[in-house]
Amino acid sequence: MRSGPVILTFLVGTALIALFFIPHHKAQAINAELLVWATVIYAFALILGSISLWNTHARKIRLKTEGWPYSLVTLFALVVVTALGVWQGVGEGTVVSRIYNMVNSPLASTMFALLAFFIASAAFRAFRARNVEATLLLVTAVLMMIGRVSIGEFIWKGFPGFTEWLLDVPNLAAKRAIAIGVGLGAVSIGLKIILGIERGYLGRSR
Amino acid sequence: MSWMARILAIDRRVIFVLVGLGTAIPLLWPVNLPITVTPRVEAAYQTIEALPAGSTVLISMDYEPDTMAELQPMSIAVLRHCFRRNLKLIVITLYPAGPGLVEPALRLAAAAEGKERNKDYAFLGYKSGFQAVMIALGESIRQQFPVDFYKTPLDSIPILRGVNSYSKIDLVINLTASTAADYWIQFAASRYHKPLILGVTAVMATDYYPYLSSRQILGLVGGMKGAAEYEKRMDIFGDARRGMDAQSLVHVIIAGLVILGNAALLTTRKTA
Repeated sequence: MRSGPVILTFLVGTALIALFFIPHHKAQAINAELLVWATVIYAFALILGSISLWNTHARKIRLKTEGWPYSLVTLFALVVVTALGVWQGVGEGTVVSRIYNMVNSPLASTMFALLAFFIASAAFRAFRARNVEATLLLVTAVLMMIGRVSIGEFIWKGFPGFTEWLLDVPNLAAKRAIAIGVGLGAVSIGLKIILGIERGYLGRSR
Repeated sequence: MSWMARILAIDRRVIFVLVGLGTAIPLLWPVNLPITVTPRVEAAYQTIEALPAGSTVLISMDYEPDTMAELQPMSIAVLRHCFRRNLKLIVITLYPAGPGLVEPALRLAAAAEGKERNKDYAFLGYKSGFQAVMIALGESIRQQFPVDFYKTPLDSIPILRGVNSYSKIDLVINLTASTAADYWIQFAASRYHKPLILGVTAVMATDYYPYLSSRQILGLVGGMKGAAEYEKRMDIFGDARRGMDAQSLVHVIIAGLVILGNAALLTTRKTA
């Protein structure tokens, strides 16, 4: 019985397209309500993710695979932080808020900061002028790297203006072309799904 | 092994040390390299500057600690500008880890400009659901945020009296590291016709240039450089201007390494 989901997709799809263009407040209220449903569905994804995380790490601990103590720390953090959040809330002054400020925040910043080191190393090894396209990319990248920071102006007064031109003309033209292409592609895929031509989202038939 | 071959086989730890020194030295001994304010940042600045005192601005700060190096100084500069112009600020975040960054940014900016919570600004906290929240704000702010971040009912907050939807909001500002910006363009700017300014990370900035030229956004502040330009325009010396020296030197080091690597490759190819 595959006609049921296809009909439902057609009805919801066409209704949402129509609601987007109807400015009446009742239509907008229905649209907002449907988007709240979408948020509820996202919440289920969080539950699924937590179960998957638990299963993966519990298996590693059970089998004592390499690095299993890290899995233990992960599961401990998952249980303790969730329990504290449910028990005390997550507002200012709570334990979860302190954990966030003193553990999560510096760790997340550190992880991102480490990227600078790896990008520098990767750029040195991978950024090579192997053909015309790669050379063009390399030259543009080097000009942008120097021209977009303060030292660029220090080296040559015209550097910021030149990089602005690169961004405003060739970059903007390419971005517009990509945006139009992506937009048309999304409309085409959307129509194919709504009209039941594309049925990949239903999964494989048995 | 020739010199060029040695350069090509350079240990990555040498590169790490160079980048580490390139970051640390300018932060310890800043040289204050010149900063030019670009038209996009100037447009954002002028849009806020043009608002009459007492106008209401909705600011959504949608980012987490991973991008705070770029967006936190930007947020503080923009908040300080709004406070300096005596605008009424309603601040929200659509990221669960957002309040931990928004709260200190607001406190710092308010203290610097002598402003008070609930009298000059309100922080409504976090709400999940990007598009759902953006659309629902057009119907009722109170329905989405019955109480603020500090559990105060919205009706008890002086600056929120009479403000319940986009119709009473004069400008929307989105400071983000995600696709939240796309939705703010779709809903706040296109559907509710609200003037919109974006503040985004450097890697995202070029994605939003087309919206600037189509006037769907009125200003664009991109990355730490954009934040530094904004600080310069505000005549303040914050973390962004402090960080630009380090960013400049690291860019020069990376560009130098790329040029050196290619020169070495060319030379070894010719000699082979």
